[in-house]
Amino acid sequence: MSLGSEEVKKIAHLARIAIDDANIPAYATNLNNILALVEQMNAVDTSSVEPMAHPLNVSQRLREDRVTEPNQRELFQGLAPKTEAGLYLVPKVIE
Amino acid sequence: MDLMKDWELVIGLEVHIQLATNSKIFSGAATAFGAEPNTQACAVDLGMPGVLPVLNKEAVRMAVQFGLAVDAEVNRKSVFARKNYFYPDLPKGYQISQFELPIVGRGHVDIVQKDGTIKRVGVTRAHLEEDAGKSLHEDFHGMSGIDLNRASTPLLEIVSEPDLRSAEEAVAYLKTIHGLVRYLEICDGNMAEGSMRCDANVSVRRRGEEKFGTRCEIKNVNSFRFVEKAINYEAERQIREILAGNSIRQETRLYDSTKNETRSMRSKEEANDYRYFPDPDLLPLVIDDEYIAGVKAGLPELPAAKRERFIGQYGLSNYDATVLTGSKELAAAYETLVGLVGKEPKICANWLSQELAGYLNKENLEITESKVSMEQLAALVGRILDGTISGRGGKEVLEALWAGEAEVDGIIEAKGLKQMSDTGALEAIIDQVLAGATAQVEQYRGGKTGLFGFFVGQVMKLSKGQANPGQVNDILKKKLEG
Repeated sequence: MSLGSEEVKKIAHLARIAIDDANIPAYATNLNNILALVEQMNAVDTSSVEPMAHPLNVSQRLREDRVTEPNQRELFQGLAPKTEAGLYLVPKVIE
Repeated sequence: MDLMKDWELVIGLEVHIQLATNSKIFSGAATAFGAEPNTQACAVDLGMPGVLPVLNKEAVRMAVQFGLAVDAEVNRKSVFARKNYFYPDLPKGYQISQFELPIVGRGHVDIVQKDGTIKRVGVTRAHLEEDAGKSLHEDFHGMSGIDLNRASTPLLEIVSEPDLRSAEEAVAYLKTIHGLVRYLEICDGNMAEGSMRCDANVSVRRRGEEKFGTRCEIKNVNSFRFVEKAINYEAERQIREILAGNSIRQETRLYDSTKNETRSMRSKEEANDYRYFPDPDLLPLVIDDEYIAGVKAGLPELPAAKRERFIGQYGLSNYDATVLTGSKELAAAYETLVGLVGKEPKICANWLSQELAGYLNKENLEITESKVSMEQLAALVGRILDGTISGRGGKEVLEALWAGEAEVDGIIEAKGLKQMSDTGALEAIIDQVLAGATAQVEQYRGGKTGLFGFFVGQVMKLSKGQANPGQVNDILKKKLEG
């Protein structure tokens, strides 16, 4: 598998990263090198190995269903650029 | 609709239910509906740097309950994954969901159709995930307002197989899921408040065709009525497109209930690429057989089992039993009523699921909000069964009870609804009717037995509707044939 400049642009868009067109070939090379490494690892026979979802071989601990968090709206909204009527204001996005 | 005659609909539903926990799925913030904006959104829900999600035990238990209730494989190991997309009401830039290994695997639910037959609908999977916040697009000086109270509220997304073949079946399936989650008390099922939401995948194909058509996903169908209307609209749209020689584009469409139409939101090419991967912040969820057995032992009697019991124990039809077990509360009311009346469960069923339900539906009330108590309804049914009043009189009593009068016998007295059960008085009336209709009596005795109803009608008229119909029948028959 080899990535071209269109794929690089798409990946950048999905991640909402602005990239300079001039750098696209370099990104493509880097990404292709990573993919080549994955390709190399694919050569190993893993048919008898269970896929790992997490590097630690332990399972999730659960919490009791209790409300423990107080209302800290003032504190959190102090960090926001714009708020009104208790809402965070953001540039209008309508899908 | 004529157009649909040659076509078959293929529908699969994705139902999201908000699990009725006290706190969020990954944080200790409250989940109560209707709180002031952002007062129930903590640092974890906001995706502040350095926070870690911790899974809510109760959300897991509820998901397992649902899995057991739909006879599904409950996965001993499931994994949380990040579903990546950007939207202002999703602060982290990803939603924690489950992808490859959901908690609930393949199962099924049985839906009862109008004709009483049962259809089995496959459940592909059900997975745990967190809800997003809410965007308010009213004008805040050209900006949108974001309320993150709902962010990280636990959801169970229930995905059906494409087994549904009409909008009516889709509604029956949705109602079955609705009834089930309310029996289990894992969701309040309030569609108006968004506790239960539904997306529908719809495609059409010519009858006899095996291959599925291209499907469209309809978002935002959040009432039983809208599900039906949106699916029918969308199916008709697709059929018209195909008949016009166009092909169907795989896309996401939004249902607009005010215009009753669906319109395109985004096509497959513009579709989000979610780049799922296991969430490194969460370890795999592992549950064992002992845990599952414990949850199973705590399950209440479920609608299907209750329906079977009602059929066996009370001799109800499949349809009546289905209606009465549609909600836990209605089933409980029915059993209270039968217990109080002590006999004739079928008649009790009619008075509850038809007569009283008529009043409830008219005012859009639940059985728990009924203006007539089961004690009152039992007294009413008792007076019909002991012959004091006729069925028609019973309806008048019910009307008065609904209007706020309290006492059945008092209403019967005040309205003069008591049936004439005095044999002597009835005979006198019947003799009078027969004497005034000698020609018809001749015809009847000559074999025109269809006239019987005529005589009954005359007797009822003369008695001002107060004659006991059963007794009238008996005496009339004797006199006409004697």
